[in-house]
Amino acid sequence: MSMRFGGRWWGLIPAYGWLILFCFVPLAVMFVFSFLSAVPLGAREVSFTFNNYATFFQSSLYSQLTLISLTMAFQTTFWCLLFGYPLAWALSKAVRGRTQGVLFLLIVVPFWSNSLIRLYSWVIVLQNGGVISQFFKLFGISVPGILFTYPAIIIALVHAYLPYMVLTIYVSLDRIDDSLIEASRSLGARAWRTFRRVILPLSMPGVVSGVILVFVPVVGAFVEPRLLGGRQSQTLGTIIENQFVNSFNWTLGSALSFLMLFVVLLLVILSAGISRLRSRAQ
Amino acid sequence: MKHLLRNTARVYIVLALGFIYVPLLIMMLNAFNQSRINQFPLVFDLVWFQKLAQNQRLIRATVNSLSIAAFTSVLATICATFAALVLARQQFRGKAFLQALLLPPMTIPWIILAVALLLTFFWLGISRSIVTLLLGHVTVQIPFAIIVISARLAATDRTLEDAAASLGSRPARTFRTITLPLMLPGVLAALIFTFAVSFDNFPISYFLAPAGVSTLPVEIYTAIRTGFTPEVNAISTLVFIVSAACALVGGREISFGVRSA
Repeated sequence: MSMRFGGRWWGLIPAYGWLILFCFVPLAVMFVFSFLSAVPLGAREVSFTFNNYATFFQSSLYSQLTLISLTMAFQTTFWCLLFGYPLAWALSKAVRGRTQGVLFLLIVVPFWSNSLIRLYSWVIVLQNGGVISQFFKLFGISVPGILFTYPAIIIALVHAYLPYMVLTIYVSLDRIDDSLIEASRSLGARAWRTFRRVILPLSMPGVVSGVILVFVPVVGAFVEPRLLGGRQSQTLGTIIENQFVNSFNWTLGSALSFLMLFVVLLLVILSAGISRLRSRAQ
Repeated sequence: MKHLLRNTARVYIVLALGFIYVPLLIMMLNAFNQSRINQFPLVFDLVWFQKLAQNQRLIRATVNSLSIAAFTSVLATICATFAALVLARQQFRGKAFLQALLLPPMTIPWIILAVALLLTFFWLGISRSIVTLLLGHVTVQIPFAIIVISARLAATDRTLEDAAASLGSRPARTFRTITLPLMLPGVLAALIFTFAVSFDNFPISYFLAPAGVSTLPVEIYTAIRTGFTPEVNAISTLVFIVSAACALVGGREISFGVRSA
């Protein structure tokens, strides 16, 4: 083993020490507390219980909210994929050189800007009497603003997460050697067949990571439903927020958080497993 | 036929950019609009920027966001640089595991990480303060910084270091004259990127900030929930322009592992 400066293991301590102390330990603490009757403080009597988890399964409210959160995440992922794949393909194959670089940066820029600012811009566009209503009014059509409706949440989520999907797919499409596509063509494959048999399978890793990068955070989304979904709109994310901010039922909040993590983890493992099986089959 | 496809693709790119930017443009236009309720036609007026200049709340929140992002990005990037050097230049068992450990802090819904920290601090008797806020921000920044710096280190040629070593250069000197200059763009990119991550972060600030301390995202959130005036447009416009400029400078370097433009 060659001796290089910084090649010693102690270099890992600051970063990983930090992550252990302020990410993994808190998650472990929360996991333990999700089995307690209350947060142990001072002389307070606490006991071990499954009640927090039982609450989830007893009340139909929570399973409904989970369903809503999952539907929201599925729909957002679906639209991101539907719009994002062609966009990534167009970026990697239909433009070249400098233009490609500039367009790529333009897609990435919103990444850097504040997500709350982007949400706020949708509030302005979608509100009653907002730009969309005004636009249709020009043609004499009266359209109420769709702010505080479910579609508003989905629009804002797709707007926020589309760049992730485009980026990961673009990276995998960009790595495909053009000569593979040429070969497929010269062997007589039509465009659609080339796409289905060559391009699509080779871009699958990008699709899978894009799907995960969009799906996972959206399951936990609580800001978009709160701001764009109106008072009635509740998701698993908003109900967890409620437990910690309003009703101070922190152990129930912990259990709900872990159930959310569990569902997310299950889906991620499933999708990773499917993509591995697929790649093995080919 | 091929032309048709290519042109369709180009039109599609323009439409997609429209979807991404039109809402932001409308918001920015309304910052210069006299209308209090964002109504067109546009009547040019700088009244909202004048009001913003007197709005101590929004200004203080913006300054808070900037200082928090500046401080935490430096801290996170320093920690990450050491880790990235080890991960990139050293072979050891469990490396893949360590790299996998970076994923949860980045990918789990941040509300979960935020409430886990809140709960743990509360249990330990640590009340919400500026310190708890900073701790949370650095936690989400570190993995991003490690990944950005590692990508840069992976792209640099190791044979240069081997050559220097075989020519008798000591490790410290090799590091100073070869590795450090090569990795510096990655470190700068990590700084800019983690700055953006912190500046953008809402859930961590929302749950961990002490009473009376607010960041720009938290302030916008409150504004939307409790009724807002176009002063929010004005500050958002300024922030968007500045962050877009930073992205155009920093994005070139990062490009997420894609060959640079």
